[in-house]
Amino acid sequence: MANLLTRRQFLTGAGALALFGAAGAVGAGGLFEKRVMAATGQSETGSQTNQWVLVFDLRLCDGCKECVGACQKEHYHPKGMEWIKVYEMTGPLGQTYFQPTTCMQCENAPCVKVCPTGASYKTPDGVTLVDQEKCIGCRMCMAACPYGARTFNWNDYPPVPSTLPKPTPEFPVPGKKGTVGKCEFCLHNTRIGKLPACVSSCSMRAIWVGDLVSDIAVNPDERVKLSDLLKKNDAFRLKEELNTRPRVYYIAGHAQNYQY
Amino acid sequence: MKLILDELKEASTRPLQRPGKWFYVIAGVLGLTMFAGLAAYIYQFINGLGVTAMNDGVFYGIYMANLVAFIGISYGGAVVSAILRLTGATWRAPITRLAEGMAVVSLIIGAAFAIVDMGRLPGIWHVIVSPNPNSPVIWDMVAITLYVIATLIFFTLPLIPDTAILLNQPVQKLSAWRRKLYSAISLKWKGLPKQRRTLATSMTVVAILIIPLAISVHSVLAWVFAVTSREGWHSTLFAPYFVIAALFSGVAAVVLVVSAFRKAYHLEKFIGQKQFKYLGYLMLVLGAIYLYFTFAEFLTEGYVQYVNTVPILRSMLLADYAPLFWPFVIAGVIIPVLLIAIPRTRNARGITIAALLVVAGMWIKRFLIIVPPLREGLFGTVNASYFGSPVEWMITIGAVAAIPFFLMMMFRIFPVMPIYEMEEIAAEESEKEYRTPSTVLETTE
Repeated sequence: MANLLTRRQFLTGAGALALFGAAGAVGAGGLFEKRVMAATGQSETGSQTNQWVLVFDLRLCDGCKECVGACQKEHYHPKGMEWIKVYEMTGPLGQTYFQPTTCMQCENAPCVKVCPTGASYKTPDGVTLVDQEKCIGCRMCMAACPYGARTFNWNDYPPVPSTLPKPTPEFPVPGKKGTVGKCEFCLHNTRIGKLPACVSSCSMRAIWVGDLVSDIAVNPDERVKLSDLLKKNDAFRLKEELNTRPRVYYIAGHAQNYQY
Repeated sequence: MKLILDELKEASTRPLQRPGKWFYVIAGVLGLTMFAGLAAYIYQFINGLGVTAMNDGVFYGIYMANLVAFIGISYGGAVVSAILRLTGATWRAPITRLAEGMAVVSLIIGAAFAIVDMGRLPGIWHVIVSPNPNSPVIWDMVAITLYVIATLIFFTLPLIPDTAILLNQPVQKLSAWRRKLYSAISLKWKGLPKQRRTLATSMTVVAILIIPLAISVHSVLAWVFAVTSREGWHSTLFAPYFVIAALFSGVAAVVLVVSAFRKAYHLEKFIGQKQFKYLGYLMLVLGAIYLYFTFAEFLTEGYVQYVNTVPILRSMLLADYAPLFWPFVIAGVIIPVLLIAIPRTRNARGITIAALLVVAGMWIKRFLIIVPPLREGLFGTVNASYFGSPVEWMITIGAVAAIPFFLMMMFRIFPVMPIYEMEEIAAEESEKEYRTPSTVLETTE
């Protein structure tokens, strides 16, 4: 009789299962809170005293893709991997123009929202990074990104110089096979006052890196007031309607189709 | 009455007897195919997802379609066993064991595709130590895990009296491991009124629980796509659309499994035209709903013609993917519905053909849900076309073979029809003196 599956035993079992599930959910909630707090506070890896932005001046971009090559070289990318892409766009009257596109470092980042492990996260200085150690390669972030900014390490990364430091989220080189990679605003340069690879490589001086806090924008030749640069030139952001609040601004040249 | 019950017991345990030549041939072919798929996965595990045809544009493909399709067909178990149980449809009894067995096997194989599709499996423990509850991937993992547990419980509960019946035969007829396994599952079942009541209550509770769990699984699978801002995915219809797809393909899969086992083990006496006809009616209704959902989705998308939707619709309806889309609509939905609707083909054979078309058609539909929207780049560009790589296809074919293989193995161990439940129904339907099922059992110890 003792071994019979009685109604009581069955219900106790079911109850224990439900409690286990609930405890799991609460635990997960707690961990999540911690991560949000970590992301919004100060940390040793970047601070809120800088909020990085990029500005692309489409009046000047001639589609030469120097920035693409410089980015690939900077990060020792495998062939074909592009963290900055230059799209050739067609306007309503058939005019063409070039649109360089990096990670938009959205303030309301869809990729961070969908990441199951928190591998994708926001730094205090407003950049979205991927922690390769935590990435499981589910590619949900690639599905969520409205700008197609993310790339995947489908194969082994090509060999990199042995002098490079160990890969970090700020400089994820070499990329781990089976994880996601993306533009990280060259934080390994930006945080120590150097220019991102795309900015310094652009011979048209069409790319600026800026800081919202100190209100400065720089390119290899010039240093201007960021808010002036944006306001005087009516800068806009891509896919504003998605409420992602990008940190990448564009200055319209000609024939821009604001739909994109 | 006694005669029928003996016959039922004999028929249910027929697959447990020494198998014939054909069993070894079929199991051998299926097993080899399965191992070829496994070898392909090991190759992929070593070399990375680079061995697939997926790329930065089309980053989901056949694996994702398999995940949705295989878990989808496991819904057949939930419909036949849970919904029909709760509505008191007694005709379902002879096919419940097959339906639930199919649910267990296809669900586990389907869930495995979440792992096959994962870029870096060793990182999986981060999902447990630092899960992000906002992520649809986490919702998936929770929902699928709970559904697997519920499905296993639902499969095991009716085995309690059935394994007790199997134990109730001369010692020399049962090998030691069988005796051990059956005693473990049977929980000293003696068919006491109290035990019977407990079992009935437990079955009802699990039957009720499994319905929302099943719905949650395909809803969250749909939300993996629908919570993104991508055209073709971001649709409020997606969750119910996915659930209906799963029910539709699930009932079709039940028809296929029932049809195969009925023929192989000559179960025609217990599984008649009636079972096929009723399953066919279910399939017809679900197929009609699915067609209606598809129409509603395409009409609203096509009517407004957002700049990013048009190329996706064009590729599906008129261009690259039209040779897949139209066969899905015509051969995967309309022809099966007609085969069931027309009295001349409304029989075991016609409905089995319909079911085969539905299962194949619905796999194609899952491929079409995933791939064409990814094919269109986000800034007006077109990504490389995608039809999978040999490794992806080998793993898929291996998984397809694994379902019948594991079912054949499963029913070498457990009775193919629920003996106790069918006895109980037979007793209810006959005179009072037969009200107590398993009369044989109560006299033995």
